[in-house]
Amino acid sequence: MTSTGRDSTTSELALRVNGETRALTLDNRTSLLDALREHLGLTGSKKGCDHGQCGACTVLVDGRRVNSCLTLAVAVQDRTVVTIEGLSGDDSLDPMQQAFIDRDAFQCGYCTPGQICSAVAMLDEADAGWPSAVTAPDVTTFHGRRGLDADEVRERMSGNLCRCGAYVNIVPAILDVAGAQA
Amino acid sequence: MTSTIDRAVGARSLARVEGVDKVTGRARYAYEYDADGAAYAWPVQATIAKGSVTGVDVDSVLGRDGVIGVLWHGNAPRLRDTGDPVVAVLQKPDVAYRGQVVGLVVALTSEAAREAAQQLPVHYATTDHDSVLRADHPSLYEPDRVNPDSDTDSVIGDADKAFGESAVRVDVTYRTPAEHNNPMEPHATTATWEGNSLTVQDSNQGGQVVRDTLAKAFAIEPGDVRVINAHVGGGFGSKGTPRPNVVLTAMAARVVGRPVKLALTRQQQFSMVGYRTPTIQRMRLGADADGALNSLSHDVIEQTGTTKEFAEQSAIISRVMYAAPNRRTAHALVTLDVPVPSWMRAPGECPGSFALESAMDELAVAAGVDPVELRIRNEPAVDPEEGTPFSSRHLVECLREGAERFGWVGRDPRPGRQRIGRWLVGSGVASSTYPVNIVPATARVAVDGEGRYTVSINATDIGTGARTALLQIGAEALGVGTDRVTILIGDTRLPRAGLAGGSMGTNSWGWAVHKAATKLADQLAAMSGAVGPEGLEVTEGTAADVKAMESFSRHAFGAQFVEVRVNVDSGEIRVPRMVGVFAAGRIVNARTARSQLIGGMTMGLSMALHEEGLMDAQFGDYANHDLATYHIASNADIGDIDVSWLEEDDPHLGGTATKGIGEIGIVGTAAAIANAVYHATGVRLRSLPLHLEDLLAAPNMR
Repeated sequence: MTSTGRDSTTSELALRVNGETRALTLDNRTSLLDALREHLGLTGSKKGCDHGQCGACTVLVDGRRVNSCLTLAVAVQDRTVVTIEGLSGDDSLDPMQQAFIDRDAFQCGYCTPGQICSAVAMLDEADAGWPSAVTAPDVTTFHGRRGLDADEVRERMSGNLCRCGAYVNIVPAILDVAGAQA
Repeated sequence: MTSTIDRAVGARSLARVEGVDKVTGRARYAYEYDADGAAYAWPVQATIAKGSVTGVDVDSVLGRDGVIGVLWHGNAPRLRDTGDPVVAVLQKPDVAYRGQVVGLVVALTSEAAREAAQQLPVHYATTDHDSVLRADHPSLYEPDRVNPDSDTDSVIGDADKAFGESAVRVDVTYRTPAEHNNPMEPHATTATWEGNSLTVQDSNQGGQVVRDTLAKAFAIEPGDVRVINAHVGGGFGSKGTPRPNVVLTAMAARVVGRPVKLALTRQQQFSMVGYRTPTIQRMRLGADADGALNSLSHDVIEQTGTTKEFAEQSAIISRVMYAAPNRRTAHALVTLDVPVPSWMRAPGECPGSFALESAMDELAVAAGVDPVELRIRNEPAVDPEEGTPFSSRHLVECLREGAERFGWVGRDPRPGRQRIGRWLVGSGVASSTYPVNIVPATARVAVDGEGRYTVSINATDIGTGARTALLQIGAEALGVGTDRVTILIGDTRLPRAGLAGGSMGTNSWGWAVHKAATKLADQLAAMSGAVGPEGLEVTEGTAADVKAMESFSRHAFGAQFVEVRVNVDSGEIRVPRMVGVFAAGRIVNARTARSQLIGGMTMGLSMALHEEGLMDAQFGDYANHDLATYHIASNADIGDIDVSWLEEDDPHLGGTATKGIGEIGIVGTAAAIANAVYHATGVRLRSLPLHLEDLLAAPNMR
C-alpha cells in the first residue's frame, strides 16, 4: 500500500460528521458507511446489503438522504454528513425518533436508523415541492409535508426495507411528525 | 374468553424498553463491538455445485495488502464433531453445494479481505450435480421423522376410499418456491480469545446452543465460552442454529492471534444460513354435498441437502385444523446438491397452510358453501388425529369476529363480479394455527437494598419484544411497577434458557421469570419486605413444570381476511386491506403483540406476491442472490392491516398462560390472498408467488 502520489491506494481526508470534523487516512475503496462504522465508531448506520438495495445505511449528506454504502468516503470530504447519532441530543430525541417509539415503528431495530434518517429527509423533500410517483400528474410542485398522506409516505419510504414488517406503524409515525412540524 | 379488541393501547402496552437505544443507533449488534486491533475475515464460496477442492493458492494473496491469514481445508485447524455438519467448516475437500465456504481470508481491513477473497484462486475437481426438485424424482424417500420431531406420516381410516365415495371432491397440487429468510441484519460475529477462553458477540436466536457448539468444536469447556447477543437484527429462523460465520470467526481469531470480525454479505446469506425448502403439495379433499369433510389427504414433497437432512413438516397443519373421519398426511424428500434448507418463520405450518387453506377455498367453491361457513362446518370437537381435547380453541370465534370486522357478510361468491375502473376486486379468507411450544428455562430475580429489582435470563430479543414482555411478567409477579425492574438478557453468563424460535420465547422464558419472581415476592412478603443491604435473590427453573404438563392439544388459532385488487391491463395485484383475528392465550403486551402479528401478515403478503428463489439448473444454485432480485415486501406493498385478538383464559398452558404469537401471523396469509385473487379474477393460482402473467389471459380481465 502506498499513501502518497498518483498511485496512492489511501487518502488523507477530513469528514464533517454530526458537526465535528474528523481527520482520517482511509483506503480509497472505503465506503462512507464503512468509514462511519469502522473508523469513526458511528455504528448507528447499518449495513443490510452493501448494494443500495435496502436503505439500512441511509444518512444525510448536505441534508439529503443517501445510501452511504454506495458513497465513497473520499467523495464527501467537503460535505456535511449527519447520521442517526447526530439527530438526537444527549438527552433529547428528534421528533421522528420519538414518533417511532410511540408508534412501535420497529421491531429488531436494524433498519430503524435508516428509516428515521430517510423519513427526516423525505419530509424536507415534500417541503421542497418534490412530487412522487403517486402524486397526481398535474401536481408539479408538491404542497409540503402537510400534504402527505399514507400513500405518499408509503411510496416515498419504499427505499427502506423492513423485514420485521413494521411498515403499518412506520407510516403513521411519519405522518404524526409531518402534521406536528408543518 | 374476553374481547380485548378495543384495548390495543391499554395498560399492558409498555413501549419497548430498548426503544431509545434502537432509534438513536446506540443499540449494538454483533459486528459493532470495540475489539482492539480486530482483523476482518471474508469467506470464499465454492463456485461449483458438487465436487471437491483440490488446491488453494494461498501465497497469491497472503502477505499482500494486509492479508494476514488464508484458511482452507488444507490448513485450517481441525474441529471436533459438534453433531451439526453445517458448522464443520473447512474440514473436508468435499463441495456439497454451490456457495459452500471453501476458504477464508483474514486481513487488516475489510476492503483488503474482500478483494483478496475475490482474487483467491481455488482449484476444483467437478462432478455432475442435481439441484432441481421434481415430484417424479427417482430418489424420493420418506424421512424417519419431520422437523422438529414429528411422525412423518399419519393415517386414520381410509382416506382414498372415502375420497372416492365423496359427493364433492378437490384433488389439486400446490407449489411453493424456495424462500430466503433475509433478516435485515446479515449474520455476523466478533470473536476474541483470551488464552483458552472465547468471547463472541454473535447474531443468533439463542446463545446457549452457540456456546455449546463452539465449546465442542474447539474442545474447550462450555464455561470458557461466552456468547453475547444483546441485540439481534431479526432472524426468522435463520439464526436459530449456529451458522458458519460464528465458527469461522472463532477459528480465524485463534489462527491470527487477535480479535476477528466477520459479517456475511447479503449475497452470502442466500447459501449459508438456511432457507425454506420448495414444496410440492397434493391435496385431496372429499366432502358431502354440504361441505362436511369425509376425507382429507395432504402429501408433501420437499428437498434436503447432502450435508444433513432437514424435513420440513408442511403437512402437519392438516393434522390439526379440520375434522374428517378419514385422513392421511405424508412427507417425502429428495436429496439434492443444494444448501440444506432450515427453519423459516412457521416452518411447516406456513407452506402447508397455503395448500390446505387454498384447497378449502376450492372445496367451498365446488360445494357452493361460503368459505367461512365451510370452515365452521368442519370444526373438530377434539384434536382430529390425537383425539385429545384442545386446551382452548377459538377458531370459529376468530372466523366470525374477522368476518364482522372485514365486512364479509353479503359477499357475492361469484368470481369476477366486482370491478372499480380498471381493477377487479375480490376477497378471501384463510385460517391460521400454530402449536404451543414450551421448553425449560431458568431465571434469576434479585432485589437490592434500595428496592430495585433485576430479572436475569439468557433470553434473546430478535425484535419480538421479548425484553419488554419479560420485564412486564417479572414486574407483575413481583407486584411492582416496571420502572423498578431492570431486565438482563442476551448473555450466556445469565441463567440458561432456550432459543427465540417456535413462538416459544414468552411461554418458556416467561414461565421461569414468573416462577422466580413469584417466589421472591413470597419471600419478601414473609420478611415483611425488610431486605438488608445485601439484597436477596431467587433462581428458579421450569424443567419439572414443563415435564409435568398434562396431555392436551395446545394450539393458537386465527383467521385472516384480505381484499385484493387486480389490474385488468397489467395483472398487478394489490392488497389494500387485511384483517387478522387471533386467539393465542394471554397477550402480555398489546403494543408489541400487535406489531408481531402485523409483521407476520406482512411477511405472508411478501410470500404471496414476491418471494421466489429461482433455481438455475445449470449452475446448481439459486440465481437471485440479493434484494434487488429476491424481492421482499416494501412499504408501498402494504395497505391497512387490522389486527386484533380474542384473549383466552386457558388454564392448561404454562405459567404465563400465553401460546406464542411470533409465527401464527404468517400462517394462512398467502392462501387468503390467493383465494381473494380467485374471487377477483376467476383464476385459481396454485403456485407461489402469484404471477401476474398467469392472470392476463382470464376472460374476466378483458
